[in-house]
Parts: sequence; structure tokens; C-alpha cells
Amino acid sequence: MDQHHDDPKVHALHVDPVTGQATTGHEWDGIQELNTPLPRWWLGIFYATIIWSFGYWIVYPAWPLLTDATKGAFGYATRSDITVQMNELKAQRAALAAGMAEATPEQIKADPALFQIAMAQGKAAFGDNCAACHGVGGAGAKGYPNLNDDDWLWGGSLDAIRQTILHGIRVAGNDETRVSQMPAFGRDGTLKREEINAVANHVREIAGLSTEPKANLALGRKLFADNCAACHGEDGKGNKDMGAPNLTDAITLYGMDMASLTETISNSRNGVMPAWGGRLDEATVKALTVYVHSLGGGQ
Amino acid sequence: MSTAETDTDDIPLFAASRKVYPQSVSGPFRRAKWIILLLCLGTYYLLPFLRWDRGPHLPNQAVLADLANNRFYFFFIEIWPQEVYYFTGLLILAAFILFLMNALAGRVWCGYLCPQTVWTDLFLAVERLFEGDRRERMRLDEAPWSFDKLWRKTAKHTVWLVIAWWTGGAWVLYFADAPTLVRELATFTAPLSAYAWIGILTFTTYTLAGIMREQVCKFMCPWPRIQAALTDDEALNVTYRYDRGEPRVSFKQAQRLRAQGAPAGDCVDCHQCVAVCPVGIDIREGSQLDCIQCGLCIDACDNVMTKIGRPDRLIAYDTDGNVKRRLAGLKAIYRPLRARTLAYTGLIVIVGGAMLWQLATRRTADISVLHERAPLFVKLSDGSIRNAYTVRLLNKRPEPRPFALTVDGLPGIRIEAVGTAPTADIRPIVTVDPDSSREVRVLVTVPAGITLAASQPVTITASDLFAGETVRATDHFMAPGSHP
Repeated sequence: MDQHHDDPKVHALHVDPVTGQATTGHEWDGIQELNTPLPRWWLGIFYATIIWSFGYWIVYPAWPLLTDATKGAFGYATRSDITVQMNELKAQRAALAAGMAEATPEQIKADPALFQIAMAQGKAAFGDNCAACHGVGGAGAKGYPNLNDDDWLWGGSLDAIRQTILHGIRVAGNDETRVSQMPAFGRDGTLKREEINAVANHVREIAGLSTEPKANLALGRKLFADNCAACHGEDGKGNKDMGAPNLTDAITLYGMDMASLTETISNSRNGVMPAWGGRLDEATVKALTVYVHSLGGGQ
Repeated sequence: MSTAETDTDDIPLFAASRKVYPQSVSGPFRRAKWIILLLCLGTYYLLPFLRWDRGPHLPNQAVLADLANNRFYFFFIEIWPQEVYYFTGLLILAAFILFLMNALAGRVWCGYLCPQTVWTDLFLAVERLFEGDRRERMRLDEAPWSFDKLWRKTAKHTVWLVIAWWTGGAWVLYFADAPTLVRELATFTAPLSAYAWIGILTFTTYTLAGIMREQVCKFMCPWPRIQAALTDDEALNVTYRYDRGEPRVSFKQAQRLRAQGAPAGDCVDCHQCVAVCPVGIDIREGSQLDCIQCGLCIDACDNVMTKIGRPDRLIAYDTDGNVKRRLAGLKAIYRPLRARTLAYTGLIVIVGGAMLWQLATRRTADISVLHERAPLFVKLSDGSIRNAYTVRLLNKRPEPRPFALTVDGLPGIRIEAVGTAPTADIRPIVTVDPDSSREVRVLVTVPAGITLAASQPVTITASDLFAGETVRATDHFMAPGSHP
């Protein structure tokens, strides 16, 4: 090998005879590589980037330790970046929330800019707090009202919705909460089984639904007038001040089939909703009010 | 045994670059390059100050990349982020134009139009102003440091830095209102990013045009490699006509040979073509990767040929094919109309035409409809069925526009927009601010008694109350249908 290296003829061989250009001495199956030197500055930049890379070790978290990693000269961490951005966002929202807290729901609804913010904020707050029962878009379920339709137990005006959100429904110890108490006619023994059946058939009749052939509709009508009309009205159209639902429209919370109606009349229904007044700030409650009002049924 | 490991030690794999001292030259190509330089740099430095009235709501700068508001303005064209395909189209068009230029007349871009060439030319002119022409500069570089050398070098670098700084300064003006930004820059109240970008572009301009020069073209730019693969025998290139130039002999010997009736080449080996070359090559070695085809060697050679009374254009825009034809005693032919030039022209016409058509038929309003999924539909107390949609209306015009919303597709179907004030019009009116978009929740209701399938198509239409532009989107109306 050394012999080879010392032989001057070898160097003479390292010139390509066709181009007269020096080769690198690399040869594969008779194919030689011409030496086309890169400019020296190119090499310089390569070394410079290597030296530059040391800077990252110093500036950024770089070296893993047993339980941790080196912190970097300026204590940089992506986590602190997020904290900074979150705080900026909070500051931005605080300004918006202030505007929201001062305005009434009517004013928010009338101001396009505030309305847009309220809808966005309301949607987020709804997802966090309300969707568990009412569904993501307020679609509701049996026993949990659909907030998109135009039927309201306690009123669908901005004020009524806000009142419901603030104080909830049947919240113990809250003076302003929504309370109604339908008697459990079957459980309390007020009505007998066949009387309950008659009332249920009568309710289906005023709702425009089919009744059972053997139903005693006259008895049902009389019992309804005696026991139910005080809250639901003579015509069964309900009373929002008392939280008594309209029994004649196409919307039902617990079902209008005979089984559901019998269950409702026998045992009553007492849905509950928490009071959000103490849990959510004023601006969020207003945003929720406007959002729910805008889902489609606002009055 | 591997020869690779043992024998490479003393072969230089990296070479120090040789400084090029291009000599000044005069002639038609040099003149053309000066004119192009003035036009290009004049456009670049002054364009941000050109105004273009777009009404009270939009900026009045003719060319502006408004990054903060996601808009790009080019005279009468305003590009929104979702229309970024216009830039894609422009890039495709630029590539085809580059290919066409190359198929017709070689590296026209490199020699005359490329910013690297234009700024290097300007920097060379400055260098010449302070340090003299080729020979003086070579002497100055070899000379020991003296006051004369010091002030010349200092002055040159200072002027370079000023030009470079101005280049960066003009760059940032394309991203903000130019007169305002100039005032802010002068009073040091401009945003930090503006100073940072000026700094970056000052550095790159100074380094690339002052220091790196031909190294950029030779080692950094991919185009020479692509160009070499795209050219053919019939493309015009800056060519040394060796059929006429060889054999090289001195002027006197050539006269003697010609007197004897013996052949003599026109090239007198004066090296003027090499001296003026900004990349420091010898064009007589034929087409090569390093040659940017600026045509300055044509000017240099023509001057010599005129002096010695021989026909000019020994170096000229010619084709490899013609040199071979003349050597074979045939007539030169020029074929600008070839399969590839026609194909490139066709592609340019198709792409350019499609873009123009797109631009001419471009809407200034748009609508997109998203069906609410939770709930898909709602039954109202009177038994009617309602669906909710999120409708986004786009207004690309510089004034506020009221849009009337209508819906069709089903009997008795009606539409309301949540949060819009009621007007005399029975249709809901949604007013969209100038040059922006607005999202509204839209409720579509079909009365009870209409037979509905689980899903049926409906069309939501937005009509501009004044300009009359109408946009529509089709979505589905969902109902309990066959599964009650």
C-alpha cells in the first residue's frame, strides 16, 4: 500500500485522459470520478453551520438529564410561550367581556359586533356547561328540552331565558328559581287507573292525536277541567308563568304516547336544571342567553 | 484494496475561488443591459409609491401585500388568501416563459433580467467608479495598504451598503403603506420587523451582489443545470463561431496567410472576450454551465473585429447547429418555430388564457352554506320542520353590500337570518362590510303538511340588492322522513 502511495506514476494516472481533468482517484468498474472542487467558501459555510449549532445547545433546552433536561440560557420553553399567548388571549377577551357585561342582552343582540362575540362565546360556554343535558347544538332529548324549537316551558324571551339560566329550575334554596309542582295523580291516589287512562286519552284528543276506541273521553274531559285546567288551561294550551307546558302543540318533552302520558300523570315529572348565576360570570350568562335565544326559538 | 482511501489525501477537493475583474466594454449589448437595469431597478424602487384609488375602505397603494389583513393588491386586482392559486398560475406561467426564452435565445433571463445579474452590474459600476477598470483594480488589490487604497475601498463598500440598504428599504415598502412607512422609518417608529427585514436584505444584497457575484450563478442557482438539459442544437446561444475563428493566429500572420491564399481564423487571441466576462470564463471553449449569456463578449469582440477590419459577430447569438452546418459547407438556417417553442407557446397561451378568463369572470361575492348537525332538524309547535344553517357571505367589493337571502326547492319554504334587523323587504337582508365576510345563522322552515323525505336538496340564494350579483349554494333539508 505504501509502495503504491510513493509511486509518482500513480499520481500521473489520476488525470482523466479525455478531459485532462484530475480525478479523485475513486474508481468503480473502470468509471472514474472527475475532481470538480467546490469553492472553499462552501466548505467554510459548512463548518460555520456546525459552529452555529453549538449555539442551540446553549440557548435552547437541549441535553437530556436523568430526570429533566438542560434549561437553556434564557429559560426558553414552549410551555411558557403558550402561557404568554393564553394570557394575551385572556386580556383580549377581558376587554370584550367588559363590553358584554355592561350591555343588556337586547343591546348585545342589536350590536352586530357584540352579537358575533356573544354567539362565539355562548357556543363555547354552552358546550362546556349545557351540552351534557341539552346536547351539543341544544337538540335536547326526552326530558331535556330542545332549545332550537319555538316552544318554551318558562318563556323564550331574552329576559326569561336569562332568568332560567341564572336561577335554574327547581333549585333548592334559590328564591328566584323556576318552580312548578304537578301532582303525582296516580302515586298520591288522587286518580284511579281508568281515570288516568281517560285523562291521557283526552290529552291526546286535544293534541289532535288518535285516541283509544274504548276511551272514556267525556270522563277525561271532566277530570281534566277539574284537575289540570288550573295550570294547563281549559284548552290545554299551557301557561308559561307557571311552567305548565302547552299540551296541544306538536312538541313534547316526555312523549305523547299512552305509556309516557300515563307515567307523567301517575308520577309527575320534575326535571331540574342548576342555577348558573353563582358559577358563571355575568358576561358568560349574557352570552349564553343571546346564544340560546338565537338557536331558533327566541321570542 | 481500495484505491479510494489511499490516494485522495493530496488532491484538493476544495478550491479557493479566483476573483474576477471584468473589464468595462461598450456596444449594443452593454447599452441594452444599462437600459434594462434602469427599468428594472426604477420599477423596483419606485413602484411602492404608485397610488391606485380603491375607494375609502381599502388601501390606495398600487402594489401591496397586506399581510395583516390577508390581502394582496395589484392595481385593479385584489387577491384573497383562498385565491392563492393565481400565484400558482403565475409561477407556472413564469416557468413556461423561462423555458420558451431558453428555447429561443438561451439564458436571456440570466444575462439581462435576473436580479443577481442586475444588482451585480450596478455594484460593478460602483466598483469601477472608485477603483478604476480591470487593470487598475488588479493592481490596487495587489498593492500594499495605503491611504489611497483605504479610501477607495471604504468608499466602494459604503456606497454598496447604501444601495443594499435601499434595496431592503424598498422591499418592506411593498408590505405596508409606503409613504407612512418611510415616515415611520425616518422617525424610528416603524415596527421592529421592518428594520429586521431591511437588515436581512441589506446583508443579502451586499453579500450576493458585492462579494459572491458569479459564485451565486455557478454554485447556488439550479437554473444553469436545468437550462443545460432543456437547450437544443437549434436554440440561439451566445456562441463563439469557431468555424470562422479557428485556427487562431495573430493579426499580422493572418494577413500573411490570407495573402498566400492559406486559411486563417479571425480570432486573434486577444482575450478581450475573457477580460470583459463577468463570470470569468472563455466563451471560445463553447457553451458552458458558467456562462450567463450576457452578450458582453459579443460587444468586446465586435470592437476588436471593427479595429482590425474584419466582419463583426465572430461571437454572436447563433446555434450549435449552424456552426456545424457552416463547417460542412452548408447554409445557416434559423428555426425559431420548432416543436418545443410551439409547445411552450401553446402552454403559455393555455395557462395565461385560463387565468385571464378566471380573472374576467371572477365573482365579487361568494356564499358557503354549512348545515347544522346537532340537531339536524327541529319540529316546531305548529308541526312545521326547521333546519338551521351557517351561511358565510363574502363581499370582495370595496363598499358595504346588502344581500337578500332567499330559499327554494320546497313548497311554502321560508328563510330567516338570526340577528338581522327586520326591513320592509320580506326577505332577510344581510349587510356585509366592505372587503370582508360575514357569518349568519340561517333558519329554513317548511310548513306542516308538506310530504318530506329524510333529505331533499334546497338552494339558498344571496342577491346583492344594488349591484344585482347573485350567488347560490345547494345544501340539504333534513326531516324525520321515513323514520319518525
